[in-house]
Amino acid sequence: MATNNRTRAVVIVAVILACVFGLIGFPKSLDQLKQNLQHSIRLGLDLRGGSHLVLQVQVQDAIKAEADQTIDRLKDDLKKQNIAWMGIDRNDPQTVQEADNVQINIKGIPATETSAFRNLMTERYSDWVLTTENSTDYDLRMKPSDLVALKRDTVDQEIQTINNRVNQLGLTETTVTQYGSSGDAYQILVELPDVDDPARVKELIGTVAVLKITSVKEGPFPSREAALAQHGGVLPLNTELDKMLPRGGSQGDEWYLVNKNGVITGRDMRNAQASQDTTLGARGWETEFSLSQDGGKRFGIFTGANVGNRLAVLLDKNIVNVATIESKIDDQGRITGLGSQDEAVDLARYLRSGSLPAGIVYLEERSVGASLGADSIHEGFVAGIAGLLAVIVVMLVYYKRSGINAVLALILNTIVLLACLSYFHAVLTLPGIAGIILTIGMAVDSNVLIFERIREELRAGKAVVSAVDAGFGKAWWTIVDTHVTTIVSCCFLFLFGEGPVRGFAVTLVIGLAANVFTAVFVSRTIFNFELSGQRRLQELSI
Amino acid sequence: MELFKQTNFEFLRWKWPFIGASLVLSAAGLISIALHGGLRYGIDFKGGAQMSVKFAYAPPIEKIRSALSQKVKGEVSVQNLTGNGSQNDVVIGTELEEEKQLNVNRQAMADALRATFGQPASGKLDFNNASQEDLLARLRDPLARAGIAMSDPQLQSLFSGMLRFRDTPPRSGLITDFNQLSGVPGMTPNILTVVRQECYLSPYHTGDVEMVGPRVGAELRTKALLATLYALAGMLVYIAFRFEWIYGVGAVVACFHDTIITIGLFSIFNKEISMTVIAALLTLVGYSMNDTIVIFDRIRENLKFMRREPLEQVMNKAVNQTLSRTVMTSGLTFLTVVALFIWGGPVLHGFSFALVCGIIVGTYSSVFVASPIVLAGHYFSDKRKKRARIVAPAPAPRVESVPVGQRKGPAKSGNPAKTGSPAKVVK
Repeated sequence: MATNNRTRAVVIVAVILACVFGLIGFPKSLDQLKQNLQHSIRLGLDLRGGSHLVLQVQVQDAIKAEADQTIDRLKDDLKKQNIAWMGIDRNDPQTVQEADNVQINIKGIPATETSAFRNLMTERYSDWVLTTENSTDYDLRMKPSDLVALKRDTVDQEIQTINNRVNQLGLTETTVTQYGSSGDAYQILVELPDVDDPARVKELIGTVAVLKITSVKEGPFPSREAALAQHGGVLPLNTELDKMLPRGGSQGDEWYLVNKNGVITGRDMRNAQASQDTTLGARGWETEFSLSQDGGKRFGIFTGANVGNRLAVLLDKNIVNVATIESKIDDQGRITGLGSQDEAVDLARYLRSGSLPAGIVYLEERSVGASLGADSIHEGFVAGIAGLLAVIVVMLVYYKRSGINAVLALILNTIVLLACLSYFHAVLTLPGIAGIILTIGMAVDSNVLIFERIREELRAGKAVVSAVDAGFGKAWWTIVDTHVTTIVSCCFLFLFGEGPVRGFAVTLVIGLAANVFTAVFVSRTIFNFELSGQRRLQELSI
Repeated sequence: MELFKQTNFEFLRWKWPFIGASLVLSAAGLISIALHGGLRYGIDFKGGAQMSVKFAYAPPIEKIRSALSQKVKGEVSVQNLTGNGSQNDVVIGTELEEEKQLNVNRQAMADALRATFGQPASGKLDFNNASQEDLLARLRDPLARAGIAMSDPQLQSLFSGMLRFRDTPPRSGLITDFNQLSGVPGMTPNILTVVRQECYLSPYHTGDVEMVGPRVGAELRTKALLATLYALAGMLVYIAFRFEWIYGVGAVVACFHDTIITIGLFSIFNKEISMTVIAALLTLVGYSMNDTIVIFDRIRENLKFMRREPLEQVMNKAVNQTLSRTVMTSGLTFLTVVALFIWGGPVLHGFSFALVCGIIVGTYSSVFVASPIVLAGHYFSDKRKKRARIVAPAPAPRVESVPVGQRKGPAKSGNPAKTGSPAKVVK
């Protein structure tokens, strides 16, 4: 019994320490304690103030753009193979739901060319499914697997672009994530803490990323001033100074003097993807890109005249890559010698970001003023503390010394709950507070259940120690049933609910788990210590 | 101290008046919903734009309405929130027909307010509706010109201090005199003079703005409803597994009953159902379920040693045994919720209202709705068993003569009555 109690005490102290550490860390001053506490209990936008935007990526735009490029390519190929046609066009679905219906209609392929046409299609357009309408007309639809990949890429890219733009504002703790439980809603959630009026952010998000490939005049310079000093403080005509986007492992800023007028813009970029550099064995990474016909012509002239010089890839005035031109490049090129797969993938994404212009539509916008957030916290806090104090007083009056057990368990429960939220990086929102209120209610209930049971056993004439034993034993299954039922319902709420409903479920599950620990395990241990060595104890303060 | 010692009330004998009251309340709620033409959903569920604005004086509702009606398409509603622990707050709502209006309406609402209550002609910045960025853009140069040298970080911290001061209660976003700002850390009389030159104080402050597209609203509504229904089904299955299926039905019907009555009360008092209210409804389902299971658990325990007594008796005993606990727990939680209702402020008002109703209804539904359903279920299933026995009687014991050669000692004690299950005591 005594060793058992000691193990229990060790477990409890360890949990308390872990929780307290999770909440406040090792503060060295009162200010730091406050700061750490604020850091670990992250308040949701509804309590803290800030803006929350939900937008939908119009993925059908990306598919239509892909179809348009395919039409261009197809016309070129048909011309090259001397196959005649009457007309090639595509339909024009307007909503996200109809995105999968995009199709290319090919009309008037002469019956004599059928086999040549079919060969071309299987050879060069394997990512499209060809359906024959009649002897001269055909439909093309994108393969379902490619369709899914394209839509996913579009959303990913949009998230990345928006993230870059929001980061330019220098706001803190912004998040840009995919939204909605199912990925097929193509929704993005943008959260901007402490921003009352998201007008500027929306303006910034609304503009399309500007991609530019241009020639490098001079660089790198460690700072803007250093670059300007080279030219007596005045930039040469038709040039601009741009900064390299910081990358992991790079040391300090790098500035380049580049040509203001780009050779290639986003409209010329057809596609780009990361791949392994085969010439260097399996070690290097590269990014392949292809340009439109028109762009390829211009790029060929430019690269032909500038072999040995450097070019820069810019996205929204940030240099994302600088590379040396090795040879004349027309419509197909590669940027080699990239440091890692991530770098190659990022570069491909930057290059594509101008070429897949999927629009966005705002579905939801909420901004909670900091004043309202502060008010509701203040009032909710005062009311919550008042309620809790009342509960504590009643418990102490009604259950006397045993009431202390319950109060300690209750306080510990709250600490464990908050610490878990902090460890899981969960955010505390208003529905989350509803979950906490229910947790506290059920915690009070567990204690009341146990105490009432002990009283009953005492009334029936049992000795104190066995009454406590029986009280905990009999209340245990009731507590299990009530808790498991609620946890079951929380699982469903989490699986099928959205946003706020989920926040409620998560907080409640953590709270209930903590409650089983505090109301049963901790409270029992306190009783054990009280009773140990007093087997013949006649009276219990309950 | 003990409230109840060995009580012996016959709770289930009074079930009918309570069931009657429940039916009346539910019916009243449903009728009210029908008369109102459906529930009054908050912006989360119906979509629309909503702006809460705090005024420095009693808000001129009609003036706001007419100012906005000219600028904004669709119906404009202006609701005065003064009363529920808040002062001079209004909520302005407009309809949104499609997603595209989301952007237009916010701007139009802000413009209309500025034109009516602000001083757009003065060319100054409205301090009560300014953000930190606005202040920085507006004040940086004038401060420099006035000979006050401050770096950007210094300016940022000064402005954020000013805004924090403005936004904390009791100001709550609205100051009425620039002199109030003199207590802000880093503020000097010189800076205040510049602020005074460049800014003015409008008599209103825009708090939170919510805009929800109509499609999202409908989606959110369906999802919340579905999640709740699945959760109820999950609980039913668990309770059926731990007890009997009729107990699961009783508990879930009790929860349904509580939710319907609470929603009905929302309709009767013409309150809005918002996402926070949904969180409150989920909470009350949790409370009610908890309460019901505690009583069921006690019934199950009592059944072990009260086999010969009618179920109603067993239930009464269970309710009496748990009476202290019920009163303590419900009383304590009720205390907390009432505190929230009184002092929680307007944001928590709907939430705490739902819980206040829910705890009262949820506590009595465990005794007067869930238990009677279990009782009725057992009553009917026993009755059916009895009837089944009359239709197909157990085979009567037959007496046959056994051939002499096969007799093996004395016949084993054949008890012909031992055909069915042990007799049950039915009222």
